[in-house]
Amino acid sequence: MSDIKKFMFVNRKAPYGTIYALESLEVVLIAAAFEQDVSLAFIDDGVYQLKKGHQTSGIEVKGFEKTYGALEDYDITKLYVDSESLAARGLTADDLCVPVEVMSRAELGKLMETQDVLLSF
Amino acid sequence: MLHIVNKSPLDRNTLQSCLDTAAEGALLLIEDGVYAATSNSAYAGKLTEAMGRLKVYALKPDLEARGMADRVLAGVTVVGYDGFVDLVAEYPTCQSWL
Repeated sequence: MSDIKKFMFVNRKAPYGTIYALESLEVVLIAAAFEQDVSLAFIDDGVYQLKKGHQTSGIEVKGFEKTYGALEDYDITKLYVDSESLAARGLTADDLCVPVEVMSRAELGKLMETQDVLLSF
Repeated sequence: MLHIVNKSPLDRNTLQSCLDTAAEGALLLIEDGVYAATSNSAYAGKLTEAMGRLKVYALKPDLEARGMADRVLAGVTVVGYDGFVDLVAEYPTCQSWL
């Protein structure tokens, strides 16, 4: 694999209510398997994906909180979270299930400019 | 009337439209709608305001799935699927805002 591109996955949807969050994770893992330079951005309701403490037995859906924790095993460590989206939802970085870099939406925008491919979920 | 909302208030205007319309009765928040029933969110004030004319409920399994059961907004009654059924039976009509 000689051609490594910078892939950013932009997550804007809450988990479980729609299939987007889970599908994003699937593609993230595929990109990692192809040894691409992967990063994840969480903005708007996407920040809810990382809220710790998912207990999905009551809705009989497979929970995927643990997958975020396993991303490190795939050398995916670049997780960026929009500070304004967190604040609007009453969340802080301490509420999240994995270590992330919290930044402003403007900073995230600049980071997006450095990518080769952006995939939006 | 029982109003049922399943969309996040910060992603879609479904709940706002419901609150703008609903006169009285009850509001049940399910699926992504339960995010409206959490404390310190930008929507909390609007939901609290609506409690003056609507009794507000949120579905527990959906709060738990999203890790939000530990931060339910004051004034919201948390119910299970059995409570969901009771509400549907209690009100003569119900409206699902999709």
